[in-house]
Amino acid sequence: MPRDKQANAEAYLRMYRQMVRIRAFEDNANQLYLNAKMPGLTHMYSGQEAVAVGICEALTDEDRITSTHRGHGHCLAKGAELKLMFCELLGKEEGYCRGKGGSMHIADQAHGNLGANAIVGGSAGIATGAALSAKRLGRNYVTVCFFGDGATAQGLWYEVMNMAALWKLPVIYACENNGYSEYTSTDEVVAGSLTARAEAFGIEAHQVDGQDVLAVNKCSTELAERCRRGEGPFFMELETYRYHGHHVGDINRDYYRSKEEEARWKADRDPIINFGRWLLSEGVATKKELVAIDSEIGDEAAAAVEYALAAPYPDAIEVDMHVFKGVEHALPYMSGARQ
Amino acid sequence: MTRDITLSQAVNEAIAEEMRRDETVILIGEDVAEAGTPFKVLSGLVEEFGTDRVIDTPIAEPGFMGIAVGAAMTGLRPIVDLMFGDFLYLVMDQLCNQAAKTHYMSGGKLNVPLVLRTNLGATRRSAAQHSQSLHALVAHIPGLKVAMPSSAYEAKGLLKAAIRDDNPVVIFEDKLMYQDKAPVPEEEYLLPLGEAAILREGPEVTLIGTSSMRQVCEKAAEILEADGIGAEVVDPRTLVPLDEGTILGSVRKTSRAIVVDEGHQNFGVTAEIAARISEKAFYYLDAPVIRMGAMDVPVPFSPALEDLTVPTPEGVAANARALVRGVPVHAP
Ligand SMILES: Cc1ncc(C[n+]2csc(CCOP(=O)(O)OP(=O)(O)O)c2C)c(N)n1
Ligand SMILES: [Mg+2]
Repeated sequence: MPRDKQANAEAYLRMYRQMVRIRAFEDNANQLYLNAKMPGLTHMYSGQEAVAVGICEALTDEDRITSTHRGHGHCLAKGAELKLMFCELLGKEEGYCRGKGGSMHIADQAHGNLGANAIVGGSAGIATGAALSAKRLGRNYVTVCFFGDGATAQGLWYEVMNMAALWKLPVIYACENNGYSEYTSTDEVVAGSLTARAEAFGIEAHQVDGQDVLAVNKCSTELAERCRRGEGPFFMELETYRYHGHHVGDINRDYYRSKEEEARWKADRDPIINFGRWLLSEGVATKKELVAIDSEIGDEAAAAVEYALAAPYPDAIEVDMHVFKGVEHALPYMSGARQ
Repeated sequence: MTRDITLSQAVNEAIAEEMRRDETVILIGEDVAEAGTPFKVLSGLVEEFGTDRVIDTPIAEPGFMGIAVGAAMTGLRPIVDLMFGDFLYLVMDQLCNQAAKTHYMSGGKLNVPLVLRTNLGATRRSAAQHSQSLHALVAHIPGLKVAMPSSAYEAKGLLKAAIRDDNPVVIFEDKLMYQDKAPVPEEEYLLPLGEAAILREGPEVTLIGTSSMRQVCEKAAEILEADGIGAEVVDPRTLVPLDEGTILGSVRKTSRAIVVDEGHQNFGVTAEIAARISEKAFYYLDAPVIRMGAMDVPVPFSPALEDLTVPTPEGVAANARALVRGVPVHAP
């Protein structure tokens, strides 16, 4: 193994583990849905792991991200715990948001995750505002705004890119182009090129293979460092693929996406399998070690699910709590009860 | 010690004092810096605080609203200037889906301490897209506080409290009152959100007037006094929280109430306050609670038409007289 690879072995294995954790989380979440144990529904990140992991590996806890309806991967990659995430998915009190947010709103401020967002494109402003804070308060953190190809149709993004470019804000707009928005192929809804749209604002744009965790990590590490030096903002378009339907209930999807296409991506471009092979071929890990990681994480995820299933729901008294900061219960407060 | 200053000066002073006190307070919006806004409310602030803290934006209301939400979540306390209340429709997602819900959705982990300053008020001959009073829209949304200053005094005290609040607060200033003077203390003061004021006491009817309609109620009370009718005038000052105690206390005393507000009457603030009175003071009432909002039409341009759409002192006094004399206001 060359010396730089040896030095990086720890990071490589961390990225591998994180991708496996995301996949395990999603497989379990899907199962919870299919077994009718999860309220509502959820959007699986499986297939896109290299994007979240490659980018978040380039970030520190101080760096911020904003996430999307398909956000479990971002959340885990930024440092969240399986147990507390499953608790949130199941609406339990111990969840990241005390069960008030659910799958589409997990926020984990301790790791710089400003929250997932159920409004497509809705967090572009928040991420840009976080970057404005960094600049104004003289803090050296970077903010990454994750969003899908579908979100590039929203006007808000163009408004805030304009301001981010004018004010040279330390923000990276990371578009996960997974080829579809809901049940519509990207080709049908994107005119011209996405990178050209960012470039129109004078923003440097990069196209990256979103299935290659090392390529993603290399590009984002460079861009994050350049952001810290005041060279932001940047745009990344990451080509990727979601394995499941748009959400867990989107099972019969031949009408917009062929089974052959899905099989091809899974066989040829799986980010975990391909990175695992690379780790073996470079001698970073042995087959046995990788299998051990997989099974250890599988056990961890299963235990987290058990824990979350057994965890208590929030008490009814919490329903009007956390509406306002500094206000215990919102209902009497809004009717004029003095605090 | 007080001195008379305009509502515009009161707002300017409140912002300057808070920006001096707290480095994290910033101003953001269209033409807020050198221009000081079209209403000149912010004149002079950029000279003192610089363009790092008084930030001119492109004409992109959803964009700068969203940026303010993110900035508020990460350590700044933005004051967003929305040039006209009518532009609220453009920022609704960022305000109502993002700012209002962040604290709740995150289980109390994240909060959004920002102030959205905007305005309301018709009769400026500005037609349907620059004259609306849209405070009911945001008062409907849990997670937002809503303040309605009715003079320079309230404008300063409520704005300072709003800037220090850890939640999103929307403040509606009456754009026709920017040049109106009122006595304002020289010393620093804050007006807590959620405390109504009884501006005039009277035994026979309670006139509840928000923002611009406080003056209408006060003038109506003078007309009524000449008729020998004693009217009490209550200014809620904030819609969220709403000081029900003061409003209900007054109505329990007078047994009659008229709610006057410049938002559209249908499904509006007058309806909400009237309903709360009807529910919670019903057994004290001698007459139905009367709502007087803006007429339910888009605001017309022609002065001959526009003036018909806003409640007047004479109209309020006429309804009050009818209530006190037992004449049905809405005869079947
Ligand atoms: C403003 C808005 N419009 C529509 C929706 C419904 N919706 C949820 S996800 C989605 C597709 C988003 O596609 P993309 O941004 O590519 O993300 P992906 O699902 O592929 O990760 C749509 C239309 C929504 N949540 N918000
Ligand atoms: Mg997509």
